[in-house]
Amino acid sequence: MTTKLFGEPVRRREDARLVTGQGRYLDDLGPGALAAAFVRSPHAHARIRDIDVSAALDVDGLVAIYTWEDLPGALAEPLPLLIPHPALTHGRTAYPLAKDVVRHVGEPIVMVVAEDRYIAEDACALIDVEYEFLKPVVGVEEAVQGVHLVHEDVPGNVGAHMVQEVPSRDGRSAAEAIAAAPHTLEFRLDIERSACMPLEGKGVYARWDADDQSLRVYSSTQTSTSVRMAVAAKLGLPLPKVEVIAPDVGGGFGVKIVHPWPEEILIPWAARLLDREIKWTEDRREHFVSSAHERAQVQHVRVGFDDEGRVLGLDVTILHDNGAYTPYGIIVPIITSTQLLGPYKIGAYRVEFSSIYTNTVQVTPYRGAGRPQGVFCMERTMDRVAAYLGRDRTEVRAANFIGPDEFPYDQGLIFQDGRPLIYDSGNYPESLRMLKELIGWDSFPEMKARAAADGRRIGIGVGCYVEGTGVGPYEGGHVQVTSDGRVHVSTGLTSQGQGHETVFAQIAATELGVPIEKVSVVTGDTRRFGYAVGTFASRAAVMSGNAIALACRKVREKALRIAADALEADPRDLEITDGIVHVAGTPSASIPLATVAVLSNPLRYAFDEETKRATQFSGASSMDRPPVDEGEEPGLEGRDYYSPIRSTFASGMHAAIVETDPETAEITILRYAVVHDCGKLINPMIVEGQIHGGVAQGVGGALYEKMVYDEYGQLLNASFMDFLMPYATEVPRIETAHLETPSPLNPLGIKGAGEAGVIPVSAVIASAVEDAEAIPIDRMPISPSDLHTLRLRLAR
Amino acid sequence: MSDATTRYAITLVVNGVVREAEVPARRLLSDCLRHDLGLTGTHVGCEHGVCGACTVLLDGEPVRSCLTFAVTVDGHEITTVEGLARDGEPSPVQRAFTECHGLQCGFCTPGFLCTATAFLRENPTPTDEEVLEAVSGNLCRCTGYQNIVKAVHRAAEIQAELPTEPQPGLLQAENGSGDSGERGNTA
Amino acid sequence: MKPPPFDYHAPVSVDEALEALAEAGPHGKVLAGGQSLIPLLNMRLVAPSQLVDINRVGELDTLTADAGGVRVGALARHATVERSAEAAAVQPLLRQALALVAHPVIRNRGTVVGSLVHADPSAEMPAALALLGGSVRLARLGGEREVAAADFFIGPMESAIEPGELAVSAFFPALPPRSGTAFREVARRHGDYAVAGMAALVTLDEDLRIVSARVACVSVGPGPVVVDVSDACGRRPAASVPWDAVTAAVRDRIDPDEDIHATAEYRRHLTGVLAERALKDAARNAVTEAAHE
Repeated sequence: MTTKLFGEPVRRREDARLVTGQGRYLDDLGPGALAAAFVRSPHAHARIRDIDVSAALDVDGLVAIYTWEDLPGALAEPLPLLIPHPALTHGRTAYPLAKDVVRHVGEPIVMVVAEDRYIAEDACALIDVEYEFLKPVVGVEEAVQGVHLVHEDVPGNVGAHMVQEVPSRDGRSAAEAIAAAPHTLEFRLDIERSACMPLEGKGVYARWDADDQSLRVYSSTQTSTSVRMAVAAKLGLPLPKVEVIAPDVGGGFGVKIVHPWPEEILIPWAARLLDREIKWTEDRREHFVSSAHERAQVQHVRVGFDDEGRVLGLDVTILHDNGAYTPYGIIVPIITSTQLLGPYKIGAYRVEFSSIYTNTVQVTPYRGAGRPQGVFCMERTMDRVAAYLGRDRTEVRAANFIGPDEFPYDQGLIFQDGRPLIYDSGNYPESLRMLKELIGWDSFPEMKARAAADGRRIGIGVGCYVEGTGVGPYEGGHVQVTSDGRVHVSTGLTSQGQGHETVFAQIAATELGVPIEKVSVVTGDTRRFGYAVGTFASRAAVMSGNAIALACRKVREKALRIAADALEADPRDLEITDGIVHVAGTPSASIPLATVAVLSNPLRYAFDEETKRATQFSGASSMDRPPVDEGEEPGLEGRDYYSPIRSTFASGMHAAIVETDPETAEITILRYAVVHDCGKLINPMIVEGQIHGGVAQGVGGALYEKMVYDEYGQLLNASFMDFLMPYATEVPRIETAHLETPSPLNPLGIKGAGEAGVIPVSAVIASAVEDAEAIPIDRMPISPSDLHTLRLRLAR
Repeated sequence: MSDATTRYAITLVVNGVVREAEVPARRLLSDCLRHDLGLTGTHVGCEHGVCGACTVLLDGEPVRSCLTFAVTVDGHEITTVEGLARDGEPSPVQRAFTECHGLQCGFCTPGFLCTATAFLRENPTPTDEEVLEAVSGNLCRCTGYQNIVKAVHRAAEIQAELPTEPQPGLLQAENGSGDSGERGNTA
Repeated sequence: MKPPPFDYHAPVSVDEALEALAEAGPHGKVLAGGQSLIPLLNMRLVAPSQLVDINRVGELDTLTADAGGVRVGALARHATVERSAEAAAVQPLLRQALALVAHPVIRNRGTVVGSLVHADPSAEMPAALALLGGSVRLARLGGEREVAAADFFIGPMESAIEPGELAVSAFFPALPPRSGTAFREVARRHGDYAVAGMAALVTLDEDLRIVSARVACVSVGPGPVVVDVSDACGRRPAASVPWDAVTAAVRDRIDPDEDIHATAEYRRHLTGVLAERALKDAARNAVTEAAHE
C-alpha cells in the first residue's frame, strides 16, 4: 500500500465547513419549525396537585400544551431502564412528563408548542402548577439514612448494592490480607459533582411525512440508532418508517449517550400528532437542571501494605450518588470499582458500592465515566502509602506495577461489558520512565528548594490510570466504491467533534489504496447504516475503525478479483495505488478502481460512457457463468462488523507541578505532562487534541467545577457565571509523549483515546497540592477558599 | 411609543449585504441572525454572555450577539463567521484554526474566529499573553485551548505574509453601506 | 432563555429619554450596554414592562478629561474609557480597574455608567468611584442632581437612582499630586467577578511619606467599602508601614458573606492581603508620579 495515511497527522476534513459557518447543528435545521419549551419543576421533591393552563391559552402564537394525561400508550410509561443489572434491584426511571411526583428541580411537567421559542416561554410562564411539598433528600450520606425517601418504594434510597471480591493468590480475602499486612491505613475521600457541559445543549427536531406515514428525527445525540428504536417503540411505528440522524453535534462527553431523553420521544410524537415540524433546542439553564451530572462519590478506603509499599489488601466502600433516576443503570460505579485498580496488581481486593437516590439531577456517564473517581481513590492511596513509608511516590507505584511480560493480565473482576477484566497489553514501567523524564521528576526537589528560598511554594504530583476502551458489543462499517471512483464509507455510530470523518477516511484510504479526497464518510445517519451502538467509552476508533477496515478488506478482495479477471492476472499479484489496480511491478497493466466498480455491476442500461463497459453486449462477462456469479452480489461494496471478545486497555500517566500562593491560596498549574499509550495512533494530531481537551476538563474538575446543591435541592450555580468551566487562562500548556503498545485484540492494533486526558487529573493535582502544602488532600475539587480553610485547620 | 407586540422593520448590513427583517423589540441579535436572516453560523451556547460562542463583529468590534437586541443595532454593520472568508478563500484566522487543529466539535469556533479576527486587526503581532487575554472570554469544552492559542499566533504569521487587504467589518465604511442594493439570500 | 415582552422606547435625545422614563415610572428600565441587564432578561429574572434604549442618544456618548477629573457619559463603553490616554493621564485608576472588568468583548459593549447604576458589590467600577469620591449625575424631567458616590451605592444591586431618573454621566476626580492608585483582585477565573478586590489610593508628601491612604474593598459588603488607613499607615514611607496594623484596620471594617465560591473567613483574610498588595502598588506608583513632578 503506497497510499499510507494511517498514522499521519492528516488535517481534518470537517473543518472546511465548521470554520465557515456551514456546519449544520441541530438548531440550524428546520427554520420554519414550531418551537417547544417545557414547564419544569422549580422544586426538588413535590407532588403535583393540579396543573392550570388556562392563563396560557390566550397567548398569541400558542399551538399546543401537553401534560402527562395527554400521553398515549407506551409514551405514558416510564422511560426505559437502558442497562439492567442484577445488582440494580431498585432501578427507577422518570416519566417523559411528570405523572404525579417530581423528584428533582428541572423535571419536565408540561410541554408547550408555539410559533417560536419566545412565545413558548411566555406560555410556560403563565402555566400554574400547584404542588404539595415533600421533603427533599440531598447528599448521599443523608440519603442513605433512609429517613426520607426519593421513591416511596425504595427503602433506604438504595438503588443498587454490589460487592466484588478478588482473593490474593494465596487465597486470602482482602480483610485477611489487610489484617496480616505489616502496615495499614484507613481514610475517607470525597469527589464532588460536575457535568459534561457540551457547548451545544441537547436538541430534537422532528418532521412527520403524512403522505409517506414516516417520521424523520434529528437529534443532538451520541446514538442515533438507539434513539430510532426507542422512538419507533414508544410511538408504535414500524422501524423502517422512522429515521434518526445526528447532524453536526456540538460536543457530547457522555450526556448525549443517554436516550431517549423525554424530548426525543415527545417532540416526534407531537410532530406527528400536529402534522407540523417541531424543534426543541435545550437552553443552558435547562441543560444544568434537566440533563445529567456525574462524579459525586464518598469513598472509604482500608489498605494493607508491606515495607516496599506493595499493596497486600485493599478494601474500598463507595457511596455513589445516582441522583433521582437510574436510566443508565449502574455503569458509573461499576467502572469506578473495577478501573480503580489501574496499572497495579493488588494482593487482595474487595469493593462494595451502594448507588443512592437523591433529589438531584440524574447521574450518567461524563467523559471518564467513573474512572476519575476510581483513579483518585487508588492514586491517593499510593501517595498515602508513600508518605507513610517515607518513600518516593513513583517508587511505590513502580513496586505495584503489572510487569510488561505479565499480559494478558486478569484482574479477576467483571467489567462494565459483563466480561472479565483482562488487560490486553501495556508497558507501565516504560510509561513511568518517560513521564519522569518529561516532567523532570528526579530534579524537582532542587527546584522546590530554590522556589522555597524565594518564598514560593511549589509541589509535584503524579497519577496513573488504565482505561478499558472500545467496549462491545459491536459496530459496523459499509464501504461502497461507485462508478465514478468515489468511496462512500458509513458507520452507525455518531460524531461529536472527534474527527471521525477524517480518521475513518484515513483508514479507508489506506486499506483501499485510494486518495483520501475520493473518500467520504457518514456517521450517525440511520438511513445509511442502521446497526450501531453509539459513541461512548472511547470506542469509536476501535469499533468502527476496525469494522470499516474489515469492510474495506472485503471490498479490496472483490476489487482484486474483478480486476484480475479483466487484466488476466493473478489477484495475488495486484496492488491498488492512488485508486488504480495494477500488477505489482508492471504499472502499465492496470485498471482504475472506478472501472472495477463499473464491471462489478452488470448493467442492462448504460447511463454514461464509462458504464457502457458493463452492459450486456459489451463482451465483458463470460458466457459460461451468470452475470452475477454464485455467492457474489452486484456492486463494489462491502459491509462488515467488528465485535471484540473484550475491551482493550489503554493507559497513561500524568504529572503536574503546581504553585500555591502562601497568602491568597491561589493554585496555579506551572507544568502539566502526559504520557499516553493508546496503541497504534491513526492520527497523532487528533489524539493529541483529545488529550488536551480531556486534561482541560480534568483541570475544571480538579480546581473549578462543582454542582452546588443546597439543602432544598436547589442547584445554586446553574449558569456559566457560577459553574466555572475553565477559560484559556485557566488551562496550562500540556506537554505530551506517546508510547505505542499495540492491542493484540483488533486488526488495527488500536485502543481508544477519547476519555484518557480527563481521567487522572484530579488525582494528579491533589498529589501536587499536597506536596506543595504538606496538607493531606482528600476532597476534590479544591478552591483557594478550600485550601485556605485547610491551612487554618492545620494551624489550629 | 410601542407595545410588546410591535414589530420593527430593521436594516442591517450583514457581511457586506443589506438585510432587512421585521422583529419584535425583544429579538436577540443572535436569534435575528440565525432565524430571521438564516445565518446559522453564529452559535448560541449560554444566552447569558459568558461562553462567547455568539460573538460577532458590530461595526468591526466583537460583541456578544446574545446580549444585544437586534433593534438596538438597526442600521449598523455586522460581520459573522460566514463573512470572514474573502472571495471564497478562507481568511488567515480560518486557515490557521484548520492548520493547528484549533477546533473539534466546532460549536464555539465561530465566536473564537470573530474574536481573533478583530484582535489581530488591532494587534497584528501579539505576544503570548496578549493572545491569551484576547481569547479569554470564550469557552471551549473540546480543545483545551492550546491549539486555539497556537492558531491565533499562526494566523498572525499568515496575515503578515499576505499583501494588505481590506479587513472584514471595515469594508463598508468606505463603500457606503446603504446603497449597495444587493440582497442576501432571504432564508 | 428568551427575554419576556416589553414596550420599547428608542429616544434620540436625553429629553426624549427622560419623557419616556417619566411616563414609565417604576416600570421603566434603561438599556445602555445591556451586558448585565440582558442576561437577567434572558433568564426572566427581571421583567420591566418599559425598556428605554438610550443607544441612539448621541449626546450621552461622551468622555471628557480635564485637570479636575474625568467625566464619563452614559454611553461611553468600558473599552473606550480603557483605551483613552487622556482619561488614564488624569486618573490612572480607571484603566487599572477597567482591565479587570469581565472580558475584552464584554467591555466593548458594557458602559461605565451602567456598571455604576447596576451597583454590584462585586464590580470594580463602583469601588473605583467610591475610592476617588466621585459622583453620578442623575437627570429627570425638569432637573438634575449630582449624587456623591458615598450616597449613591445604597445596597447590593441598589443605587440611589429613582424611577424616572437617568444616569447621564459619572465624574471621577483627577489623581492628586504625588499620588498613586492600584487595583488588585482575586477571581476564580480570569475575568470573573472578584472573590475579593481592592482599589487603593495613596498620596505622599514631599519626602515621599504617606499622608493619605485609602482603599475601597470589593465583594465584602453590601457595596464598595471605603476605608481610610492613613492613620494606620502613619506618616512614613511605604517601606516602613506596619502592614499588619493596616490590614487589621481594613479587615475590621468589612462584613463579608459566604457564598459558593468562598467562605466569609477567606474573604476577610484575602481582603487584608489584597489591601497590603494594592497599597504597596499604589505607593510605588505615587513615588513614580512624584518623580515626574
